[in-house]
Parts: sequence; structure tokens; C-alpha cells
Amino acid sequence: MRTILYIIQKEFIQVFRNRRMLPIIFVVPIIQLLVLVNAATFEMKRINMAVVDLDLSGSSRQLTSKFQGSPFYQIIGAPFSYEEAEVLMQDGKVDVIIQIPNGFEKNLIKENHSQLQLVVDAINGASAGLINAYSTNIIMDFNREILIEWLNPIQLGGIRAIKFDSRYWYNPKLNYTTYMVPGILVLLVTIIGLLLSGMNIVREKEIGTIEQINVTPIRKIEFITGKLIPFWIIAMFELAFGLVIGKLLFNIPIVGSLWLIFLSAGVYLFVILGFGLLISTITNTQQQSMLISFFFMVVFILMSGLFTAIESMPEWAQLLDRINPIAYFIKIMRMVMLKGSTFTDISSLFYALVAYAALIISLAIWRYRKVA
Amino acid sequence: MKKGSTDIIIVKDLVKKFGNFVANDHLSFEVKRGEIFGFLGANGAGKTTAIRILCGLSLPTSGDLSVAGYDVYSQREKIKQNIGYMSQKFSLYDDLTVFENIRFYAAIYGLSKKEIVQRADVLMKKLQLEEARNKLIRDIPLGWKQKLALSVAIIHDPKIVFLDEPTGGVDPITRRQFWEMIYEAARNGITVFVTTHYMDEAEYCDRLSIMVEGRIAALNTPLALREEYQAKNMNEVFLKLARAQTEEVA
Repeated sequence: MRTILYIIQKEFIQVFRNRRMLPIIFVVPIIQLLVLVNAATFEMKRINMAVVDLDLSGSSRQLTSKFQGSPFYQIIGAPFSYEEAEVLMQDGKVDVIIQIPNGFEKNLIKENHSQLQLVVDAINGASAGLINAYSTNIIMDFNREILIEWLNPIQLGGIRAIKFDSRYWYNPKLNYTTYMVPGILVLLVTIIGLLLSGMNIVREKEIGTIEQINVTPIRKIEFITGKLIPFWIIAMFELAFGLVIGKLLFNIPIVGSLWLIFLSAGVYLFVILGFGLLISTITNTQQQSMLISFFFMVVFILMSGLFTAIESMPEWAQLLDRINPIAYFIKIMRMVMLKGSTFTDISSLFYALVAYAALIISLAIWRYRKVA
Repeated sequence: MKKGSTDIIIVKDLVKKFGNFVANDHLSFEVKRGEIFGFLGANGAGKTTAIRILCGLSLPTSGDLSVAGYDVYSQREKIKQNIGYMSQKFSLYDDLTVFENIRFYAAIYGLSKKEIVQRADVLMKKLQLEEARNKLIRDIPLGWKQKLALSVAIIHDPKIVFLDEPTGGVDPITRRQFWEMIYEAARNGITVFVTTHYMDEAEYCDRLSIMVEGRIAALNTPLALREEYQAKNMNEVFLKLARAQTEEVA
């Protein structure tokens, strides 16, 4: 037990004596939160649109101005032919083309229906879907307006329509930062934790001090524990620091209990640090360790549900995500921070992390060999 | 020099193979309590391999070995409580101070807080490192580092200390001082097992085992070896042995 304390003391001295370490601990979270939270957004703020108005009627202009009035659309050009508009899309200048055919208004009045063509650049499938949805919405809105305008109130009363008014729960303003911050915080502690621990034992191998340790009667569990705890404390501090920044800069809601956040973070960090130490014990150089850490980190992050919903992944990927600790923790963080979930709500996720931590740390202890 | 009656290290038919390469080829020897036992040989003769096995850092392929009365296969952690080790690869932490290094290793060996402070003071005084107490290891000269490393290796009063080419790269004066420290350790009852490829250092040992290509070519006191091979110094003994071995192989 006393031995562990001395190892912790030594690790702390080494971490803080390393001049490159302090900036990493303090600057990385700020930059990550500022840059990632604002940049990694799915909101479409500037959709560039070309309007090919072949009708040139009151109705077509009314529709065009609806798009113009939307904060999301920017009308880049009004070419006179579809071909011209297509050139603009080829050049990447417009994301969507709307073509209003000749006779749009006439048909609308005479035949009671008319047609429009919407062409979306779908290189990025997700944003294409969004553009389509936004545009359809605006067109529907236009549709409703002309109904009201043209039909007299009595007739209107005769039309049965379900009017729905949706409310967004847990994130009422659909604020993207609110959704991103918990996930970015998870990334933050993961990167710091995995890199610190992943580079650690292997560094002692590189400089040769591990031999001097291995020739002492130190117990493997003491050694691994002594290595884990300092990084655990640093990463927990990172989380607290990140939460403060999130609160101050983004005013992110923390609906649930802070204690629950830190409790689950504590367990999660044992998984990540155990993982790092495991990598550290099986590699021989810091480069190897970095490469392996990055490989796992990239796969785990991309599959974590941070950017794309896990529910929409194929089944095999969802199965694979059962061993993705980042996915568990992001879920917990979102539930607790945004929904105010209690321990009962997250208990199955929480216990999964506990089991994971126990497994991975045992593996690290087992894999650490005092004898070659 | 006090000569113990019992053997503190017993090695019978030690074989260590790395794939097809035989690093240690049926080594057998005993080291007596309190003696300075030298392993002399060229680079790659298998000295480091043998010392690593005796320290419990590496497992032998076959053979019976006992160190400080404990079995190398089943009681490695017991052995580790009773030995000190200093390797050619530098073993102190560069980014810790002199005192922090002493404190860390002493603590790992289970010394109490009081003992740590006491021994650190004695040690720094002896090495005249008091002023360097709070200097980082990377900022002190190599000779001091080596002497400090030896002192740290025996800070827990082990029964045996293993020194693997401890004087590699240091100047003659420091080497001299280093050997004085080795004698002092031996006087305090610590058995010293040292490997070297310096012929002059070989003369300082009580008994010497000369290794050539993984085998023990000769084992005796330096004096007896010189007489046996009718040589003026160890260098000649070594060259004669090495040549004989090469001819045998050819």
C-alpha cells in the first residue's frame, strides 16, 4: 500500500516536471471545446440555392421569396435554364436547384395541382437529407398559405386537417452545442487518459528503468495501481475543468447530478487507463503504443454515436459497439447532463462499465511481465 | 576478505536459448558468500543473459539454479527481496532529483520513511552529493550517476548485488572509486557478482569466470589463472582462452 503511494508521488512529479504536459492539460480542453463544439455541427446554416423560374408569375415569386426569407437559404443565382443551374452545381457553387416550370401558377389555379422540381447535391448524404427536409417544409408552408389565400373561410373550415405542433424535449431549442458538449467532454478525458497511460510503461521500457523496477520485489498489482491513480486524478480534473468551460462558455445544461457524472466518469476512466496500460505492456516503443492507441481511439470515436446515431448503424456495427467504452460513456453523459437521468436509468450502462474496467485492468496486470 | 562457508549462488547446467542461438551453454558454478565474483568475457559472450536469469528478469531454458537459497523458477520474488541489481543500461530516472531517486527505490524495497531519510543522508554524504541533492539526474556527470546507481542498488542491504558492466563508459579515476565502493560493499557482507570486459577490473575479483561464446572457459582466482596459463596479466589469459576456443570450433 505504501509502495503505491510512492509510485503515485513519483508519477506526479514526472508529469508536472514535463514542461509539455501542463499546456496539454489546460489548453487541449479549451481548444477541443471551442473548436469541435462549434465546428462539428449538423445544422445547415447556409444552403446555397439556384432558382430556375420558368414561370415568372406571382406565385413563383412568392415561393422564391419564401426561400429568400429563410435564414438557412441563400439564393446564389437565378439562371434562365436548368442547364445553367446544373453548371453551378457542378462547380459546387449551389447545393440545391429548384425549378419552377412554365405554367406553374396556371396549373395551380386551373387544375388545382402543380409540380416543382428539386435537385439536391447529395455528395454528403446527411446534409442532402436535411436540405430536402428543409425545402419540403418551406414548400409545404407555401402550399398552406395559398390554400388559405384562395379558399374562402367556409370552405377552409370544411377541410379536415390534423394540425400538429411538435415540441422538442431535453433540448427544446435544438441547440447543437448542447448535444455536442457532453460528447466532446468524453473525447477530452479519453484522449488525455489514453495517451498518458499508453505512453507510460512503455517509456520506462525505453529508458530502461523498468528493469530496475522488475528486479525489485514490487507486486504487479501495486505497480499498475500506482500507475493508474495519478492519471485517473488528472483526467478527472480535466473533466471538471471541461465542465466549467462548458458551463461558462456554452452555458450547457447540467440537469442531472454532478455526482453521478463524476461517479460514472471515474469508472469509465479505469476502462480507458487500463486500456492504455495494457497497450503499454504489449508494446516496446512509444511510437508503437501511439499507433495502437490511435487506431482504437479513431474506431471507437467514430462508432461512439458522437457524430452519428448508433441506432442507425447496421446491426453488426451495433453489436460491435457493445465493446466500445466511449459509446457507453457518451450515452451516460447525454442522459445525465441533458435528461437528468438518475442512477436507476443508467444502471445497466454503469454496471457494464464496471465489468469492463475490472476485465481490462486484470488483463493489464496479467500482461505486465516482470520476467521476460 | 571474509570467506563464507556456504555457496550463496549455485548454478548447475544453466542453458538459455533464444531460438537456435545458445546464449548460455551448460554453465555450472558456485559463488561463495561474501566474495567478489567476476564474469569476464567479450561482448555477446552471454554474461548479461546469465546475470538477468540470476536476477529473475529472464527465465532459463533449463538447469538448476538457486540464488540466496531460493529457486530461480518458483521463488523469484523471494530472490528479489535479497538482491540488488545495476545494469549497463542506466537505471535512475533522468527527470527526478538525486534525492527523489533514492527515496523512490528505497520505498519500493519497503524501507520506512525514517530509514529512507537516514540512508539518503548517509549515502549523499558518502558520495559527496549533498549539494546535488535537488539536482535532476540528467544534470549530473555520468561518473556520479554510476556511483549513485550502485548505492541505490544496495540501499536495502541485499545479500547479493549483481552489477552488469557497471563501469561502462566512465573515466579511470571514477572506475577506481567505483571499485572502492564495491570493496566496501563486500566488506559489509554483500556478495558481489560483477560482469566486465575490462581485463584490469578482472584482477580485482576474488574469483573469476571467463566466458567465451556462451561457455565457461576457465574459473579460478586471478592468480591461479595467470599461473595456469603462464600469462603476465589477465589480458593474455583471456586471449589464450579465446584463441583456443576459436580453434576448437574451427
